[in-house]
Amino acid sequence: MRSKRAELMVGCFIVLGVVALIYLAVQVSGLAFSSKKDTYQVVARFDDIAGLSSRAKVSIAGVEVGNVESITFDKELFMALVKMNIYSDVDNIPTDSSIAVLTSGLLGEKYLGISIGADDELLTNGSEIYDTQSALVLETLISQFLFKSGDSEK
Amino acid sequence: MKAIISMGAWLFDWLEAVGRAGIFLVQSVFRLPVRFGESVNLLVKQLYSVGVLSLVIIIVSGTFIGMVLSLQGYSILAKFGSEEAVGQLLALSLLRELSPVVTALLFAGRAGSSLTAEIGLMKATEQLSSYEMMGVDPLRRVIAPRFIAGVICLPLLSLIFSASGILGGQLVSVGWLGVYDGAFWSSMQQSVYFDTDIMNGVIKAVCFSVVVTWIAVYQGYECVPTSEGIGKATTRTVVLGSLAILALDFILTAAMFGDF
Repeated sequence: MRSKRAELMVGCFIVLGVVALIYLAVQVSGLAFSSKKDTYQVVARFDDIAGLSSRAKVSIAGVEVGNVESITFDKELFMALVKMNIYSDVDNIPTDSSIAVLTSGLLGEKYLGISIGADDELLTNGSEIYDTQSALVLETLISQFLFKSGDSEK
Repeated sequence: MKAIISMGAWLFDWLEAVGRAGIFLVQSVFRLPVRFGESVNLLVKQLYSVGVLSLVIIIVSGTFIGMVLSLQGYSILAKFGSEEAVGQLLALSLLRELSPVVTALLFAGRAGSSLTAEIGLMKATEQLSSYEMMGVDPLRRVIAPRFIAGVICLPLLSLIFSASGILGGQLVSVGWLGVYDGAFWSSMQQSVYFDTDIMNGVIKAVCFSVVVTWIAVYQGYECVPTSEGIGKATTRTVVLGSLAILALDFILTAAMFGDF
């Protein structure tokens, strides 16, 4: 009888450990087991991505519609080549849409935001978004502001 | 001259002890009881005493460490206006460092010391030698199940520690300090990666479990079979185990997260 109870407790203990692992995986690291959503790939070239990282979200109107797969350096154009996966159910993005590197909050994570254009042609797998806006780099912004204010005083 | 001789003798003694401990480890790992049912029975008994009985201390200390971390983290992060990053701070510090290390330290104190004392007392009361006389290998019957139970339990306990720490931290930061619940979880999910953060924590816990349990059963098996000897062996288990964990943690952290 004693041993049966011990076995039961050990079973509970091991199940608890596995549940903790699953909890950590799903809730804490955001690992989604059903994340194999159908996607199509779109590329964009940026002058400056300043801290954007792979797995960052791609959003339209603030809603996540995909994520960044990889960021590489385009040697010929000296630009950052960003490959992103957009969910297949969002298949009506016009080709003349623009894409910008945005920041959530003052010091938060960088993400990509797509502003919708007006063209009839739609983005498909492998197409490129040409209208890109680089990240706002704080140093550039401050130096522009300083030089501007210096000019106006003259 | 005498000093050099004694140093050499000490070195040889030390090397011999290391060698004995190594052989002991290999022997106890590869000498599980032959009959499957019997080995499962022995293992379950040890899993119960090593794992299940350590559960309460692990859950309680995990919850409190999570709560303290979010209090401390919140008070500093609030100065920068990014209180919701407390979720990220909590998850990363727990998963990467605190839960494997603190669990292993608690395990050395709670389970390791009792393993040493139990085996030492078996040796002092000549149970180990009577096993041998009956033709039963004490390594196989006594040491191996305890060793394997320790190696199984510590990673599981570390995972439970992390989970209860994060829940405790969430309780304090969301329920009490008023961090927005959605931001708490999303900042956590954005910065925690399953394969680097969670799995590296598990790997750490596995390494610690081997070292701590090895030290505990070896100290018990090799102790001087008197009441004083058992006391000393138990102390050595906790001290050596804790030092080994902290030193090993530095090496593992440097290997896993050092390449910034």
